[in-house]
Amino acid sequence: MSTILLVMSGTLTGAVGPGISVLYATYGELIIERAGRINLGTEGSMLMGACFGFIITVETGSASAGVLAGMVAGAGLSLVLAYLVIYRDTNQLATGFALTLFGAGITAYAGRDYVDRTIGGLNPIAIPFLSKIPEVGQALFQQDILAYIAYALGPVLWVGLHYTRIGLSLRAVGESIDVAFAAGRNPQVIQIAAIAFGGALAGLGGAQLSLGLTHTWSEGMTVGRGFVAVGLVIFGMWSPLRAMVGAFLFGGAIGLQLQLQTVGAPVSPFILDMLPYLIILFVMAIWSQAAARAMPEGLKGVLRATS
Amino acid sequence: MEYGRTLDRAQSIAIDLTAPPMVRSILAIIFAFTVFGIFLAIIGRDPFDAYFKMYEGTLGSKVGISEVGVRMIPFMLTGLAASIPARVGLINVGGEGQLYIGAWAATGVALYFGFGNIWIMLPAMAIAGFIGGALWAGIAILLRNLRNVNEVISTLLSNYVAILFVNVFVFGAWKNPTGFGYPYTSDFATEAILPAIAGTRLHLGLILPAVAVVATFLFLSRTRWGANMRAVGGNPDAARRRGIPVLRYLVIAMLVGGGLAGLAGMSEVAGIQHHLRPGISNSLGFMGFLASWMAGHNPVTLIGTSFLIAVIVVGGDVLQFSGGLPSAAMLILIGLVLFSILGFRKLERKAE
Repeated sequence: MSTILLVMSGTLTGAVGPGISVLYATYGELIIERAGRINLGTEGSMLMGACFGFIITVETGSASAGVLAGMVAGAGLSLVLAYLVIYRDTNQLATGFALTLFGAGITAYAGRDYVDRTIGGLNPIAIPFLSKIPEVGQALFQQDILAYIAYALGPVLWVGLHYTRIGLSLRAVGESIDVAFAAGRNPQVIQIAAIAFGGALAGLGGAQLSLGLTHTWSEGMTVGRGFVAVGLVIFGMWSPLRAMVGAFLFGGAIGLQLQLQTVGAPVSPFILDMLPYLIILFVMAIWSQAAARAMPEGLKGVLRATS
Repeated sequence: MEYGRTLDRAQSIAIDLTAPPMVRSILAIIFAFTVFGIFLAIIGRDPFDAYFKMYEGTLGSKVGISEVGVRMIPFMLTGLAASIPARVGLINVGGEGQLYIGAWAATGVALYFGFGNIWIMLPAMAIAGFIGGALWAGIAILLRNLRNVNEVISTLLSNYVAILFVNVFVFGAWKNPTGFGYPYTSDFATEAILPAIAGTRLHLGLILPAVAVVATFLFLSRTRWGANMRAVGGNPDAARRRGIPVLRYLVIAMLVGGGLAGLAGMSEVAGIQHHLRPGISNSLGFMGFLASWMAGHNPVTLIGTSFLIAVIVVGGDVLQFSGGLPSAAMLILIGLVLFSILGFRKLERKAE
């Protein structure tokens, strides 16, 4: 019994840390999808952020410079997608996926001398008083600075999408390019900006992963977190607030897996490693039906619903 | 509408619209190799030397040519695994995972069924591999049709699960007890090994994609079912009104696609590895997906794009051995080739 309690509280504590990087990537993908595009290159942008964030932090000794570099690298990669899908009208899914492999190639090359190195990177900052709340305090309020920004970003993006001019333009383009154009908006510029911003957030997530969570860089270290983010946007019905729920669910799955490993559960560790992916697939199986109704019109041609 | 027209005009200015598709694809490939050459120069490698070494190690020698052939096998099979579902409008990004499950199923047959006869053993492994890959892909189509889960997401995520699934066995129950602790299964008996051409690694598994490509081509272009598939992919609602059983086409296309990726897994363990180990594929299934998109999902063109990717991958291994470049860097070149071909090709369609 006490083992179960231990696992449960450990899962809660462990859910936030691994969830942050995915949360940023989910925010980024969400912005892009709200503008009517889909970016499977999010995984690649995360890798770029993780790799270049790490390299720059090692070389300059400044984690802030690293985080910034990660954002620039993630945005840079996604701009390739922006050019190809907007100006060359290539297939978004194939282009995005190729972009992920492309990013994997670049980072495997650029990061080859940085594997097996450990850095301080981003360290947890305990928020006085709040971090002392029993059970949840430590989990939520003893994290690195990027975690706190991520908490705030959800509501900020939600307000931004619904109550600002930019957010309105973005959603208008996502619903119908032609109508938005007729209403005097420039759909190309808005979509390019959304893709670049989304890529930057994915890069930020990647940087949080290598600088804040693992403090190391290794080839392909995101292992599908960018693709998980694409799934979480659907699960979250294109809402930044629901996206937070999804990301912490993913983080919780990783936390649970680590806890079960720690208490020595009599299962293959590889089966435990499957948990995060299986849980995401499971929640999508439960909620996709409802989510389909919330899909921006502009995405329906790409993510066609069941026939 | 007006916006669309602006876009058309902007696009038609830049390019010569008269070149035939073949020529334009070649121009796209040359463009990609040029950009990668510039990248090589920037990182301090002599691009001419690097490309010459790649040529020597691939098309310039008997061993090189056979290695290209060896790589083409999984690329063509996992390429078809994307092409066939694409005909009915499904996107299968799960070739990698389906390959792993096919390899796992074929290995199970090789380890636990001593048929004592190569003519029974190899077909049995192939059938097991096909079924394994098909069932794995079946999960995605099941989730799609019952629960409305988009197949892009489910096939992508199931790749990671499949790789871990294989690890459960090679680190666990199937680990070779005399393997010095390495996570390999026991080596296959001779009856479970695809014979290779003497002095090379090019094995009989080449028959699999050859037959599959010809059969797919004939099926798609010469049968009523092939035409129906196109109708389903083009407009499922219209197809349904014409009395085509849309769901059946979706399911079968996905299962056959997954099965062919599973065959690629069988071919890898029976033809190259001769045992199962972690990471047998290293992105073969992903490359096949890209090969299919480069080929516009045409099974005959797929032969050409698989060849091109095989040359790049084998050439990348050569560059890795001759120092400097990690083989993953070749992903950069493959990405550039795909971007160029996709980017150049669309312009031709705009002209029509």
